[in-house]
Amino acid sequence: MAGGRERVLRRRIGSVQNTKKITRAMELIAATRVVKAQQRARAARPYAEQITSVIENLAAGGAEVDHPLLRQAEKVERVGVIVISSDRGLAGPYNSTVIKAAERQVQNARSEGADYSLIVIGKKASDYFAFRKYAIDSFTMGISDNPTYEDARRIADEVSALFSEGSIDRVELVYTEFISLGRQKVATRRFLPLESTETIAAEAGDDAGLSGAFEFEPSPEAVLESLLPRYVEARLFGALLDSAASEHASRQRAMKAATDNAEELITKLSREMNQARQDAITTEIMEIVGGAEAMGSGNESEEPAPVGAQN
Amino acid sequence: MTFQVELVSPEAITYQGEAEMVIARTVGGGDIAFQPGHVPFIGVLAVWSVDVVRPDGDRDTFAVHRGFVQVAGTKISILSDVSEAAGDIDIERARASKAAAESALSADKDNADAEGALSRADVRLAVAGAEG
Repeated sequence: MAGGRERVLRRRIGSVQNTKKITRAMELIAATRVVKAQQRARAARPYAEQITSVIENLAAGGAEVDHPLLRQAEKVERVGVIVISSDRGLAGPYNSTVIKAAERQVQNARSEGADYSLIVIGKKASDYFAFRKYAIDSFTMGISDNPTYEDARRIADEVSALFSEGSIDRVELVYTEFISLGRQKVATRRFLPLESTETIAAEAGDDAGLSGAFEFEPSPEAVLESLLPRYVEARLFGALLDSAASEHASRQRAMKAATDNAEELITKLSREMNQARQDAITTEIMEIVGGAEAMGSGNESEEPAPVGAQN
Repeated sequence: MTFQVELVSPEAITYQGEAEMVIARTVGGGDIAFQPGHVPFIGVLAVWSVDVVRPDGDRDTFAVHRGFVQVAGTKISILSDVSEAAGDIDIERARASKAAAESALSADKDNADAEGALSRADVRLAVAGAEG
């Protein structure tokens, strides 16, 4: 049938149009969420900075303690890998890059002859590792696109406990760093053991070390001891917030590309459809003209077929 | 003379303002009042309230469940992952959690969680100005 092709194309255009509506909506949602996530990440910065500045001042005061979170294992037997992914897909390469980086950490651990322990945040990474028969020791979902400090604390406590009791000797944190709206980068950071306070202080390296003679209450060691767990939590929280912002930014970009592609496809398909319709009309006219001529040669008095009436 | 007070939680800066004096309680050190010009100081806060005395004489009171206080120069920062302004405290809820903690403690004297919950509830009630 001549109209068949046209109908097929019309249906496809309709479905592409629907897809475009969905991707456009997702793009807009991601755009508002990324702004919110960025604001949250910014709002959380003062706390992390202040905690670091307290550590700097402690280091300047010469406080060093034998804290379990500072324990350097002589031989690393088990490496913990914390990986922060998202629960939902359609975020471009966001999940796959962070998962690959985490898998690399696991392989590094194996090549060093150590066992691994996966602490997974987000459904995507969990699906990936479960499918490949990796052992997942801890799995949290439902927090990655809007993490709260409570979530960070729970996971940090869990990991710190495993580390303190010696069942893991090193922890790597794999997440996506949010640099700008257009740029996010997978980052792998040593999570535990913590560097010594001097190293933390030196890394922060700005003016915050107001090297005055601080008074400590109850004692520098006691302050440090209750401070280090908070520092670990704040670091994980920061990573979660960065990852959330990155997830939304990646999704926004992926959905923008999808919308653009849909638009392009619609233009292409519309052209094809118009051509098909034109072809069909031409064929029909040819048939009618041909038919009329054939009839006209047989019976002159007959009215031509109601061609005009139809138009 | 005033100085800058900041109450910083992990999610945001929850309070910022000028103050003449800040009263807090540190672990093992008892109550301590800071005034402008205090020597640089870092302390671990007890589960207790923090009072900020504003230049106009009014007080803002917060329940702080754990955290640190850092005094440096003309700035005092209170870092806490759980702090609540007096006006934000749900008295009914605090009462309920106090009752729950008390009953848990009477069943098991060494329940550290319940003990913590009880002291937090007490501070909340004290700060909100509703005893018992």
